[in-house]
Amino acid sequence: MKALSILKYQWKDLFRGKWIIGYGLIYLLMADAMIRFGGTGSKALLSIANIMLLLIPLVGMIYGALYLYQSREFTELLLAQPLDRKTLFWGLFGGLAAPLALAFTLGVGLPMTYFGLFVSTSIRSIILILVLGNLLTVLFTGLGFWLGLRFFEDRIKGLGFALVGWLFLAVIYDGLVLLAIFLLGDYPIEEPMLAMAMLNPIDLARITVLLEFDIQALMGYTGAVFNRFFGSMMGISVAAGCLMIWLGVPLWRSMRLFNKKDF
Amino acid sequence: MRANKKILGLITLFVMLWQTGLARQVTVSPNGPIDSIKQGIIETNPGDTLLIKEGTYREYDIRVDKPMTIIGEGKVVIDGERQGFVIVITADNVTLKNVTVKHASTSFMEDYAGILIKETDNTVIENTTLVDNFFGIYLAQSSNALIKNNHITASGERETKSGNGIHLWYSKDVTIQDNYVKGHRDGLYFEFVEGASISGNLSEENIRYGIHFMYSDNCRYEENTFRNNGGGVAVMYTENVKILNNRFEDNWGASAYGMLLKEINRSRIEGNLFINNSVGLYIESTNNNEFTSNTFKQNGWGIELMANSTDNLFTNNNFLDNAFEVSTNSRQSFNEFNHNYWSQYEGYDLDRDGTGDVPHHPVRLFSILVEKQPQSLLLLRSLLIDILDAAEKIMPVLTPETLVDSEPQMTKIP
Repeated sequence: MKALSILKYQWKDLFRGKWIIGYGLIYLLMADAMIRFGGTGSKALLSIANIMLLLIPLVGMIYGALYLYQSREFTELLLAQPLDRKTLFWGLFGGLAAPLALAFTLGVGLPMTYFGLFVSTSIRSIILILVLGNLLTVLFTGLGFWLGLRFFEDRIKGLGFALVGWLFLAVIYDGLVLLAIFLLGDYPIEEPMLAMAMLNPIDLARITVLLEFDIQALMGYTGAVFNRFFGSMMGISVAAGCLMIWLGVPLWRSMRLFNKKDF
Repeated sequence: MRANKKILGLITLFVMLWQTGLARQVTVSPNGPIDSIKQGIIETNPGDTLLIKEGTYREYDIRVDKPMTIIGEGKVVIDGERQGFVIVITADNVTLKNVTVKHASTSFMEDYAGILIKETDNTVIENTTLVDNFFGIYLAQSSNALIKNNHITASGERETKSGNGIHLWYSKDVTIQDNYVKGHRDGLYFEFVEGASISGNLSEENIRYGIHFMYSDNCRYEENTFRNNGGGVAVMYTENVKILNNRFEDNWGASAYGMLLKEINRSRIEGNLFINNSVGLYIESTNNNEFTSNTFKQNGWGIELMANSTDNLFTNNNFLDNAFEVSTNSRQSFNEFNHNYWSQYEGYDLDRDGTGDVPHHPVRLFSILVEKQPQSLLLLRSLLIDILDAAEKIMPVLTPETLVDSEPQMTKIP
């Protein structure tokens, strides 16, 4: 209950800061433009998914760290109250992740509703995008939180790591995968490649999007490994499991840091 | 003498008229005096009509060796019980209507068919239903046949144990119209056919190709639908084909193509819709063709154009939401792309004449990477790939410079 009241306070604070409104507006404008100019087909959904894969990790990580730094005095004030640290942590985290997720959901969901996408495209694709977006928001806010707590005294370092971390996961990691493919392409590397993709949450989300929207192209690949993996329940459950690990581990680590921290 | 000749002519005419007027009708029915179709055929004279009453006839190798019309009344089922051919037509001017033909036998040595038409002229097969035959309708060395409104299904699982739905070999001027074929090896199969017209057919869920078309010059196929076949459609080694207004859809797989063209020359491919295929159109060693007004929508690859194809013209086509619009295997391309609409086009139109001011390069760098290392397909829609594509677009190093649409359209071509 106490966690909830902290969450509520943060909620108000965030909205007073207007920043979160701007974040939601970005999604609203982009989704609106995509659907308006791309038509109400799956093309628009795909473009929205692309933006989501780009923006959510970046904003989640940086803002996750930044918010901890910004609300340092507030945190210290609350620590003086008779609250246990666990409650405080979940209050702070939920107070950031929930508004971010809501901003995304509303920003993307509103244009979909008023353009009637729920009628013209498959509900499954829409739900997939909304669920994936919310999951990524929570996941990367958690990562940002962890970085923020890890480098609590050194803000530049914390933010730097958040930025570089995003760059690594979004671009450099895929570059390494591509390099591996071209160096070792003559060997049967499909399985290691799948394992590599599982290690990166952005890739995981991207492949899930591919499975929904680009299955024709994926089926054009000659190897049976991908087809078997993607087509099976096993593939989907392994992917979901990996996302859960990515969700759980940073949060668990940052809670431990938060518990032990001498503010 | 002249009068005599006239009289003689008149008599001949009368005799002919009399004969036609005399064309009898023989009736076969399960409990009538003639209860087998074979018996019925023996009883008929050339030009007669054989009427088959409702019922099931367990017969095979029924030889139709004189001109006649065979019509089923009600639900007529001819069951070959897997003993060989069911109906074999060897005479000219035979018409077969309204019957169901079942269970021709399966063999690795002989091409058993539900209806075999061999060395005939003017055969008409209309409104028949073929169920679970090895081959469905098999035409060999025949001309002027009409195959219309037939419903041909089989439940083949393996290529070797299944024959083709409608199989044409060395035939001429055949019309194949409004048929439905499902579950055979190839839905329609053409080899050494000249001047056939294939229209309004639906061929789906066949094990290999929806239509398999080889060495068949001067043919024309239009308004057919080929859906969800193992390998899509293959058109090979042919000149002067007209492929108009067909639909190729839902062909998925590593070697599944909406349509595969191999060694096709001087042909027209116009107004077709390629939707939801792994590869919409695969083109190899194909020269001097015109591809106009086609729509490529939501395919993995819109067109895969192999470098050994030259002098093809692609104009007024729509490329909508394909993962790859065009891919190729060389930096050289001697084909012309002009005046198409590309949904991936990112240029602008300052003078507002409907044509983009910057040329469009439909071959992405990534499609070349995938061509070289297919595994990299897993990186589709990665930010890294988008960055690489953008860099390549500004300064092309690996993508073919000549494969370019210099007049990309700003709006979809109707």
